[in-house]
Amino acid sequence: MSTMTSNVGVDAGEPTPEKPSKRQRQAGHIADLASAGIKVLLVKIIALGILDALALTAIFILVGQREWLVTAIVVIATGLINWIYLGRRRLPAKYLTPGVIFLLIFQVFVLGYTAYIGFTNYGTGHNGTKDQAVSALMSSALERVEDSPTFAVTVLEQGDTLNLLVTDPDGAVRVGNAETPLHAVDNAQMDGGKAVGLDGYSTLSFQEILAQSDAITALAVPESEDPNDGALRTPDGSSGYLYVSNLEYDEAAGTMTDTRTDTVYTDDGSGAFTSADGEQLMPGWQVVVGADNFVRALTDESIRGPLVYVTIWTFVFALVSVATTFFLGLFLAIVFNDMRMRGRKFYRVLMILPYAFPSFLSALVWAGMMNESFGFINQVLLGGAAVPWLTDPTLAKVSILIVNLWLGFPYMFLVCTGALQSIPEELQEAATVDGAKPWAVFRLIKLPLLLVSLAPLLIASFAFNFNNFNLIYMLTNGGPRDSSAPIPVGHTDILISMVYKVAFTGQTRDYGLASAFTIIIFIVVAIISIISFRKTKALEELN
Amino acid sequence: MSTLTKTPGADSDDMSTRAITSGPGAGLTGYGTYEKRPFNVGRWFRATGWRHLVGVVMIVFSCFPLLFVLSSSLNPKGTLTGSNALFSAIGLDSYARILSSPDIPYTDWFVNTLIIAGITALATVFLGALAAYSFSRMRFTGRRVGLVSIVIIQMFPQLLAVVAIFLLMSSIGDWFPALGLNTRIGLIMVYLGGALGVNTYLMYGFFNTIPASIDEAAKIDGASHARIFFTIILRLAAPILAVVALLSFIATINEFVVASVILIDPENQTLAVGLTKLVSNPRYADWSAFSAGAVMAALPVMAVFLFLQKYIVGGLTAGSVK
Repeated sequence: MSTMTSNVGVDAGEPTPEKPSKRQRQAGHIADLASAGIKVLLVKIIALGILDALALTAIFILVGQREWLVTAIVVIATGLINWIYLGRRRLPAKYLTPGVIFLLIFQVFVLGYTAYIGFTNYGTGHNGTKDQAVSALMSSALERVEDSPTFAVTVLEQGDTLNLLVTDPDGAVRVGNAETPLHAVDNAQMDGGKAVGLDGYSTLSFQEILAQSDAITALAVPESEDPNDGALRTPDGSSGYLYVSNLEYDEAAGTMTDTRTDTVYTDDGSGAFTSADGEQLMPGWQVVVGADNFVRALTDESIRGPLVYVTIWTFVFALVSVATTFFLGLFLAIVFNDMRMRGRKFYRVLMILPYAFPSFLSALVWAGMMNESFGFINQVLLGGAAVPWLTDPTLAKVSILIVNLWLGFPYMFLVCTGALQSIPEELQEAATVDGAKPWAVFRLIKLPLLLVSLAPLLIASFAFNFNNFNLIYMLTNGGPRDSSAPIPVGHTDILISMVYKVAFTGQTRDYGLASAFTIIIFIVVAIISIISFRKTKALEELN
Repeated sequence: MSTLTKTPGADSDDMSTRAITSGPGAGLTGYGTYEKRPFNVGRWFRATGWRHLVGVVMIVFSCFPLLFVLSSSLNPKGTLTGSNALFSAIGLDSYARILSSPDIPYTDWFVNTLIIAGITALATVFLGALAAYSFSRMRFTGRRVGLVSIVIIQMFPQLLAVVAIFLLMSSIGDWFPALGLNTRIGLIMVYLGGALGVNTYLMYGFFNTIPASIDEAAKIDGASHARIFFTIILRLAAPILAVVALLSFIATINEFVVASVILIDPENQTLAVGLTKLVSNPRYADWSAFSAGAVMAALPVMAVFLFLQKYIVGGLTAGSVK
């Protein structure tokens, strides 16, 4: 490593250490222009043209959806890209921009977004805006108005959206769908006083109505922008009735009132309408809840318990995995580093097969072999024993470490062999001449040298195993499940698999809590990185 | 370059017999005796025999899961129990089953995986090489900060932010359905977020070993920066580009978390997601069909890996050691 880094400063492309004068720069531009072929220019113009066209399309779509902030970002980014590539200067930016764009969106932004979600209640029951929650609540509590007049309706389709074409008893014709309230139209095709078709829409036939009857009976078209006015529904696809919600929404006061029981639900800032005795109307909406998720993660006994043992197991798993794979790999490297031995190539190729086999498949195959009642290990190797390899909390951990040893030792074997052979032979000869025994040579000379050159690899291996989601998820799925915990977590879960399960499995998805866990992991990883950077001084060697 | 060839690439073959006392057991033998002696089993065992014993044990350990998959893939019976008698029945029924079953879109998974991993690998190399070129050949404000930030950002793997990625992709899908959830392009874009990471670093180190005098000579001859990059640097750096592409390809094939969250419909999924779901309950799963799928998925990867093994390990070591 030192050879490479020291090279950098000496012979790397250092065009001119001092700033070029104005004249030199001008000369450089002229030379550049003269050398840049027409082909390059053409490619550049075409690429930029395509990009700008795409950006323009995107801006139209975004403006149509009233996403002003995102529109602004797209406009600025497109402008910036054009400015960078159309100018003659800004050479480094021309090379960095493509990668940096992806880095910013899918690495930096999502990190920031994760932090933000960690401070919200985002998750099942809280995944929309307040307006969406209000309309969902209102429509779920709809009840038919007893003396509702009968409206003649026709079901229309536009794209995939179902619409109702309504002829009022007084002859007025209106159209609307679940999103758009009823509004008057005047160009409907009439048939005996009933509107039956509208330009731009297709009228559903009787068979089509039957085929989609579930969707049609569920369709509620709001009467007006005010949700308290109720909605029109049709039980049969030909006649509609007015439905009014049992809930009454008072926008000014921000309260929901149940008209049957007169219970008042208020918006108390918790992201759902809550009654005086704590009952909540679901769905709620997404709000910033401050540090609630962190407080829950760190103080709620039933969550803190799992978090603590998962964290401990994550460290144990990563450390033991690195240690076992490294020592087995080192041992094998020593064993097979003897020139007198025949067939070393043969052994070597067969031993690195586990490394070549795609790792997600390995974990799945081992999961099958370790199956308690049907697996190969219990049924064949142990003659029908019922060892709970993957279902006993302790044994499952051991199994994971064994499988990870299988997965990881070939890599360590390869790098240890390389490192061992790069140790200068003179050191060993000198030590032997001085009377050192082979074991002393190994322990006092070779091992320290190996550790110095392999330390960064061991740290990288630790970091990899710290987030080795695939192995855990595919071998045990974190199981056996800890039934005492309110979140879906098991005895072999590591932090990252716990985050995944809290966010994406189980009855309730809690994105907020999962993101809070993620931030806790970030902090842990950051501390480890800082310490390991300090130790290896990796950053200081950058020039 | 020097590290690449020196450390891992150096197989033990190019070593001379100087390495005799390299192991703890090696010194026990008659080191330094040259006259021919009669064959002695005990001495042979102490010198190299025990090494063969270790080798055999390790081969059994490393190969038996692989033999198990191979055997169950050839087993016409579907269940996990039926696969326990190794090589008791040989047939290609399960291969036919997984390729033709209407419930298992295996060929779709295979094609999706190849497309996603292939494009991701190529684009990663291209984006990384562009960035590495500017870091290696140009001096600009923020260069050091840029290099350091790349090191730091790569400490936080993308899969940690999977919740945010899911929510971001679902909003993108609301605006532009072709790029959002359940699309291959969307997934590739997410993967490219990690393109400027360890790969850039690997290439940066390699570019630094290409003498700048070559660039300068080309410049004097009138080549533009783009021409130098595409026709000189990229060609000279071909070995490291191949390594980065291959590592990125294999990593993408193995990636599960982000793929499982973004690709929803079965026919859009990758092998990692599809095959995992296929055996989520090993008791009822069609184990032989899964094994057949696993063998077909693994063979190309293993072949390429073993073929280019020296370079891959070289790349891994160089990258991390750097």
